[in-house]
Amino acid sequence: MYAYTGKILHVDMGSRTTSVQQVDADYLKKYIGGVGLATRLAWENVKPGCDPLGPDNALCFACSAFAGTTFPVGTKHGVASKSPLTGLIGDSLSGSHFSEELRRAGWDGLVFKGRAPEWVIVFIDDDEVTFIDASPYLGMGCVETQIAIREKLGDENVRVTSIGPAGENLVRYAMMDNDGRQIGRTGNGAVMGSKRIKAIAMRGSQPIRVADIDGVLQETHKLIERSKGPGTLKYRSLGTPANVLSMQKLGVLPTRNFSETVFEHAEKVSGEYMAEHYTVKKVGCSGCSIGCEQWALVKEGKYKGAIAGVDYEPLFALGPNCGIGEMPAIIRLVQACDDLGMDAMSGGVVVSWAMECYERGVLTKEDLDGIEPHFGNDEAALALLEKIAHRQGIGDLLAEGVKRASAKVGQGSEHFAMHSKGLELPGYDVRSLKTFAMGLAVGTRGACHNRSLAYELDVKGVVDRFTVDHERGRLAKEKEDFACILDCMVICKFLRNCFDAFEEDVARIYTLVTGIPMTAEEIAAVGERVCNLKKAFNIREGWKKADDWLPGRALEDPVPSGPAKGAVITAEELRMEIDDYYAARGWTPEGLIPKAKLIELGLDDVAEAIGVEPEAAPQPALSAEEAR
Amino acid sequence: MANIGYQHIVCDPVECIGCRLCEYACSATKHGRFDGTLSRIRVVRIEPITMTAISCRLCEDAPCILACPVKALSRSEQNGIILVDEDLCDGCGWCVEACEFGAIVLNPESNNAEICDLCSDLPEGPACVRFCPRDALSVATPEVLRQQARRDVVARLLEELQ
Repeated sequence: MYAYTGKILHVDMGSRTTSVQQVDADYLKKYIGGVGLATRLAWENVKPGCDPLGPDNALCFACSAFAGTTFPVGTKHGVASKSPLTGLIGDSLSGSHFSEELRRAGWDGLVFKGRAPEWVIVFIDDDEVTFIDASPYLGMGCVETQIAIREKLGDENVRVTSIGPAGENLVRYAMMDNDGRQIGRTGNGAVMGSKRIKAIAMRGSQPIRVADIDGVLQETHKLIERSKGPGTLKYRSLGTPANVLSMQKLGVLPTRNFSETVFEHAEKVSGEYMAEHYTVKKVGCSGCSIGCEQWALVKEGKYKGAIAGVDYEPLFALGPNCGIGEMPAIIRLVQACDDLGMDAMSGGVVVSWAMECYERGVLTKEDLDGIEPHFGNDEAALALLEKIAHRQGIGDLLAEGVKRASAKVGQGSEHFAMHSKGLELPGYDVRSLKTFAMGLAVGTRGACHNRSLAYELDVKGVVDRFTVDHERGRLAKEKEDFACILDCMVICKFLRNCFDAFEEDVARIYTLVTGIPMTAEEIAAVGERVCNLKKAFNIREGWKKADDWLPGRALEDPVPSGPAKGAVITAEELRMEIDDYYAARGWTPEGLIPKAKLIELGLDDVAEAIGVEPEAAPQPALSAEEAR
Repeated sequence: MANIGYQHIVCDPVECIGCRLCEYACSATKHGRFDGTLSRIRVVRIEPITMTAISCRLCEDAPCILACPVKALSRSEQNGIILVDEDLCDGCGWCVEACEFGAIVLNPESNNAEICDLCSDLPEGPACVRFCPRDALSVATPEVLRQQARRDVVARLLEELQ
């Protein structure tokens, strides 16, 4: 076995003890790495039914199979735990250089359990683990912490993943940051904070050996050359902010808390405008051949000096969705979320929800500590983000996310609390993206575009985005499985259009790197296996069929204007799509997984734990012809 | 022949995205494994957005050659690269200290200094340049760089005039 180390490091924060788990090639081949391996480690180590912010939750890391090699964009790492935001699987991915360092320190994965009595920095120096007093670093922003720790350890090759004030204060959507890239969604930063880990510092000195070095160099060079072509042009030129005008044109750009789908100031917050006036640098993660990170700098005005890597999702959430149409304000708000250590997507949607509450009189100026967050008020948005990160005043309520906050506030605010399973929605209005709408509703980590990928079907016109049919369940399942393979390998999604025959190419390179035999069929099975494992985790945590759903606004309020005017996805349409999706997955009509399905996927122990008996097996899905 | 200076690896800091594929390619080419700490080219980033890659600049009157107490370093007459005599080099590290660019690495296994040799044994040229995804790396002489800088400045002038 090459590249892999076959070792998982377990750290008990309560007793400050460590242990080493050996894993073999069969095990690694089933879950690969990234989200797959991290989810498997979470399945094994999270105590069922535990408090996500208690000592029985486990924070699990896993490398990419290709970490530290010339495989382009193949060096993300995955993190999984029980999410404090959703109470279900919280799997997340991040770029940067952490995955390589973890592998070079000799580990395929890391598991943190328990809770430290005092705040610490965990320093993993190859196989030596030390705990450093974190009190000098408390309250520091994410990147500031990383720089300070590298200085303290006297080695700039040390890679650090850290939390900011939001993680320390257990904001349910707190994130972890490494070199300006984030484990962003589902609140893994709060889980890290609950264990009183301010940062994990990592230094590895071991080389990464692959099975066939010449073969790896040849194949990866080919991929790098290809990634200079049209398949990645969007990401290399404007980056993801190119989406602003694309989404505006389709009438799916979430505006003012998803109430509208076109934004009057879209031009001024577009990727094109940003590139011309604000972008000063493009940055890539380790091994990245694309460099999608668009670093934007404010050169004048009240936010002079603000600088942030601006992606579409934070841009939509803190810009149009908060009614904010000025790029300098958006850059400052993204920077605030990154420094404070909170998911800018959830943060933005929480602020937009508070803005709508204020405009409707559901929350008053008094409720909001004197802040008046009408839509478009960037100073109010910034003030709210600060309060959230420190759980001060109204920030304590908003730090809970829109699901919990709206349940507490009531007065109809649940209708426009834009989340699924507690995870705030991404930047695509689903009322005229009907395949994607279902993809978000059934997502195991809640409403996530990256896990679903079904928006591609709607946006690219593979299907009619304004209608539904019985094909959508199967199509969404296939997209989700494909996304999952990328998340396990890990291969950045921005490389997805650069393969000839995806499964064949990936299987061949995986074998050249690891020496483990792999076929295209086996690669394909990984996606389905891990999707089922994530669902199984959720079932074990008490998932209910009603959790697979969308907020009232998406189902009842027709789009008021623009190219998608009048569009709405009805409860009947969504129900039908979800039923078809369950059938396509081979699940029961109740969305449970038959034992036989899990055994077929090689998940025997999971079948034993949560599989249902065959009498509940589903009816075969209608074929496309029958459906017509 | 006119003396136009030696060619060396040049990184354009505007184009460099900090991916470190050059480090991976270098260590894989020279050592058959991926190990950035053995790479003869290293990427440096100062947060948040300043980054470039650095390798041997083939200095005139190279301080590393002067610093070596055992005369293990010499300059190739053919292309000016710094040659390391593996038998003589005892890994004392004076060359590492003498290099103002931090471009020399000590290999802990062989106890030898390692310095960029422009992959002169490879027909396809330096591995780092081949693998650089943004074409930020190139092989150039100081004179070519000066010429390019002058052309760029005039091109900008032209743009402003138009």
